[in-house]
Amino acid sequence: MVAEQLARTVIRMAHEIVERHHSLESLALIGVRTRGVPIAKRLSVALEKISGTSVPTGALDITLYRDDLMRYPVGPQPILRKTEIEFSIDDRRILLVDDVLYTGRTIRAALDALIDFGRPRSIELLVLVDRGHRELPIKADYVGKNVPTSLRESVQVRLMETEGQDEVVIEEDEPAS
Amino acid sequence: MSQQADSSLRDPTGPLVLGTTVGLRTKDLLGIGDLSSEEILLILDTAEAMKEVGTRPIKKVPALRGRTVVNLFFEPSTRTRMSFEIAEKRLSADTLNMTASGLSVVKGETLVDTVRNLGAMAPDLIIVRHASAGAGHVVARLCSAGVINAGDGMHEHPTQALLDALTIRQHKGRFDGLKVSIIGDLLHSRVFRSNLLLLQKLGADVCACAPTTLMLSGMNRFGVRSTTSVDEAVDGADVIMLLRIQLERMRGHFIPSLREYFQRFGMTTDRLRLAKPDVIIMHPGPLNRGVEIASEVADGPYSVILEQVANGVAVRMAVLYLLAGGHQG
Repeated sequence: MVAEQLARTVIRMAHEIVERHHSLESLALIGVRTRGVPIAKRLSVALEKISGTSVPTGALDITLYRDDLMRYPVGPQPILRKTEIEFSIDDRRILLVDDVLYTGRTIRAALDALIDFGRPRSIELLVLVDRGHRELPIKADYVGKNVPTSLRESVQVRLMETEGQDEVVIEEDEPAS
Repeated sequence: MSQQADSSLRDPTGPLVLGTTVGLRTKDLLGIGDLSSEEILLILDTAEAMKEVGTRPIKKVPALRGRTVVNLFFEPSTRTRMSFEIAEKRLSADTLNMTASGLSVVKGETLVDTVRNLGAMAPDLIIVRHASAGAGHVVARLCSAGVINAGDGMHEHPTQALLDALTIRQHKGRFDGLKVSIIGDLLHSRVFRSNLLLLQKLGADVCACAPTTLMLSGMNRFGVRSTTSVDEAVDGADVIMLLRIQLERMRGHFIPSLREYFQRFGMTTDRLRLAKPDVIIMHPGPLNRGVEIASEVADGPYSVILEQVANGVAVRMAVLYLLAGGHQG
C-alpha cells in the first residue's frame, strides 16, 4: 500500500465511522502506541472535515498490560511510553485504533487498560491492516485492508509521523537459524 | 521524550519478538556509579510514563503480577519505604515488609544468614537499606534476586538521586551546564554521593558547600567545586539542594551548635536573593526546620520538596519495572 492508497483508506474509514454513528458527539479515538496514535489523529482530522465535529484523541500504551511481560524470567523489558488520555472515557463511545491486527493480544491488553480508566458506553476497534492469525476471539469493526499473510511474513506499517514515509509492506522474515 | 528513549536503545537481542525492548545491564541497582548516562535517561523516561499511572482512577497496572518483592529495612525510613511500597503495589507485585525490629537480627542473626534464608524463599526483588556501606552488594552476591539499594550507610542512595534528577529535568529541561549547589552535611550523606555521581554523568556543574568539618576529604578528586561560603554556593545557582544535618551519624563534634549552623549555613529567603530568579529548592527529607532550612524557604514558592516525594514513586516504579526483566548479559 503506498501513500496515496493509505490516505484514501483513512478517508474511507472516516466515512464508515460517520455512517455507523448517528452523532459523533460522544465519540473519542484512542490510538494504541506507537502507530495507532498518528492514525487516530488523521482519522480525527478526516472526521472533522466530513462532519464538522471535532473528535478528541488519546494515546494508550499497553506495555504494562502485556501478557508476555512475565513470561520470560530473564530478558529486557519493552520500552514504556506515556499514556495520554486527557478526557474522561466514562459513558463515551471509544474507538480503539491500531495499525496491524494480528494475534489480538495487543487489543486484549488495550481493552484491559481502557477499563482501568473508566466505563465507556462501548468500545469499537479500527485497524489499518488485518493480517489474520488470531489467537484470541477478537474482531475489528473497521478494517482498512485485509492482507492474508503467512506466519513467516511480517507486515510493516510505516507512517510519516514515525518513519518519515507512508507505506505498508509485507516482508519475509529471515529464517530462524 | 520518545527520541531520548530511542537513543538509549540496546540491541533487541532479548526473547521478546514484538516491539522494542530495553533493560539495564545489571540485575541490581546498587549505585549510580554502575549506571551509564543512557541508562539514567532510560530510567527517567520510563518514570515519566509511570507518573501517568498515579493520575488514573485505578492506580494499578498488572506489570509485576505474581512477582514477590521484599522490603528489607535495617534502618528506619518513612519516605523511602512507603514510596517503594506504593510503587510495588501500583505495579501489582506481592510485597513483604521486614524492618530491623521485626527481624531475627535482634536475636543475633547475621545479615548473611538473614539473606540466605530469605533467598531460599525465592523472592524476585529485594529492596535493602542498611547502615553499612556495601550491604546491597553483599545481598546481591548471596541471592539470585534483583537487589535495589535503598541506602547503604554513607555510600549511595541511587533512587533518591534518580528522583532528584527527574525533578530537576521537569523544571529545567536539561542538566548540561546547570549550576547545582549542594549544601549541608556532605560527609555523612549517601544522597550527596549518589547525586554528585549522577549530576556529573549528565553534565551539570556541581558546587558542594559545607563547613570544613562536614566536607569530604579529597573533594578535588571528585572534580567538584567546593566552598565553605554559602553566598558563593547560592550565587547564580539554578538548583539548591539542602542536606540534612545527620546528628545520629555524628560521632564527635562537627558543628558547635545547631543554632550556629543555621546562622552560618541555613537557607533563608535573604540568602536566596543571590540565586537565579527561577531557582528550585530541594531537600531529600526529613527536614530539620530551622537548621539547614528555614520554614519560609521549605514552604516557599521555590520549594519543590513535595514534588520530589511524588516523583519518588514514579522513579521506583520505573526501576522495579526495568529490573523485573532480569539480567541481560
